[in-house]
Amino acid sequence: MKSVLAAALLAAALTAAPPLHAADFNVRIVNLSNGIWYTPFLVAAHPEGTSLFQVGEPASAELQAMAEGGDIAGLVTALEGLGATIAANPAGGLLPPAMSTNVDLNTDGTTNTQLSVVAMLLPTNDAFAGLNAVSIPTEPGTYVYELPAYDAGTEANDEILNGGGAPGVPGMPADPGGLAGTGATGAASADNNTTVHIHRNVLGDTDASGGSSDLDSRVHRWLNPVVRVVVTVR
Amino acid sequence: MLSKLIHNLRVLGLAAGAVLLAACSSDSAPPVPQAPPAPPPPPSATFELSVSNLTNAQPLSPIAAISHDSSYRVFRLGEAASPGLEELAEGGSNAALLVEAAGDNGVFATVASADPVPPGASTTLRFTILVAELPSAELSVSSMLVNTNDAFSGINGLAIGDIAIGESRRVTGIAYDSGTEANTEQAIHIPGPVAGGEGFNAARDDRFDRVTMHSGIVGRDDGLADSDLDNQHRFDNPVLAATVTRID
Repeated sequence: MKSVLAAALLAAALTAAPPLHAADFNVRIVNLSNGIWYTPFLVAAHPEGTSLFQVGEPASAELQAMAEGGDIAGLVTALEGLGATIAANPAGGLLPPAMSTNVDLNTDGTTNTQLSVVAMLLPTNDAFAGLNAVSIPTEPGTYVYELPAYDAGTEANDEILNGGGAPGVPGMPADPGGLAGTGATGAASADNNTTVHIHRNVLGDTDASGGSSDLDSRVHRWLNPVVRVVVTVR
Repeated sequence: MLSKLIHNLRVLGLAAGAVLLAACSSDSAPPVPQAPPAPPPPPSATFELSVSNLTNAQPLSPIAAISHDSSYRVFRLGEAASPGLEELAEGGSNAALLVEAAGDNGVFATVASADPVPPGASTTLRFTILVAELPSAELSVSSMLVNTNDAFSGINGLAIGDIAIGESRRVTGIAYDSGTEANTEQAIHIPGPVAGGEGFNAARDDRFDRVTMHSGIVGRDDGLADSDLDNQHRFDNPVLAATVTRID
């Protein structure tokens, strides 16, 4: 984040008088998955040239904290530094499977033309769903975006449920659905791709008290897309 | 809805004509009044729907296509499946879903394919609605992935009213879980050719009684020891492609 946003700030400073943006819109977020919960979503409109992550680039420390533990505070602070229009935690907590939440944003008088939405998939090591800096439509109407699951590339997907949610701490922080097992030996060591990339999905197993994974292969897998975002511009 | 109203008006008009004729036949006066000419049929719009099965080894159950306005939905993500959708998603029969649709005021037309659509194959259906219905016309398509417990795919409320004659709209469909049956992957619970087990059962024994996206097949090749499905039956999205063409 720091590098990306810092570069963007510089770029913005060099651009003379960016046009002001005015959009009054609603962002609806739907958890499409069958067995995945989401940590608090971060919804933000921010200036062109800035982004919360870039595929193929290492995750920022702020993105890592979100992807490994659901902590969006660092991203919020960085976005505030950009004058972003921010809606943090619109669901007021976790978003269960098949449930939705929505929030209004208004970018009048700002240069916040780009929309991003992120949240961590639970239970995983560092999977997150992301809408990455799409241009906010200016024409009134309804716009649908379908989000894939990304791997932050910052933590091995060991699929061990041990409460480890802090950045750099291995393991998965929580299993809100209560269907994960215990005693796994670990499904994988370090990521092969340590940049932000499309998640290869979890492995899981059917051994609730051992095996390689604490996840249940019948419950915790997903197919993309994992989140639908519906933007309604007024 | 409008088509039903017009239909009802036409029925009333014919009945009135019959009464008029009956009254005339008992009258011997020479000028025999003629029954008013039947009004011309309201202008209609005909669509052709082609559905292709994109999976490796998941036949699609006979396709149900429903044209409707936005008041009708085959399903809403996050809500419980209707009994008709449950029958389709668990057993591959579209009969109950089409009966449900036919009784809904928001439905304009329904049509179904006679046969399943094998992997790699496609089927084509036609349906006709009134031109007056075009401004609110949507299309929904539903079909079961039959080598599963309760996976289905389809198109959910695609706007079709703005498709010009001769023009097409192409979309793809993802796999949903109806949320009405646990994904045991066991033959006794799977109606498709790989298993020949039970299809529809009114008991709802999934973890949540609500429609979500499907999380895919695990299979015995991937560690689910008691699965009767193997890696051939796995799928990823999208699982079907649909092309809607307005032909008249």
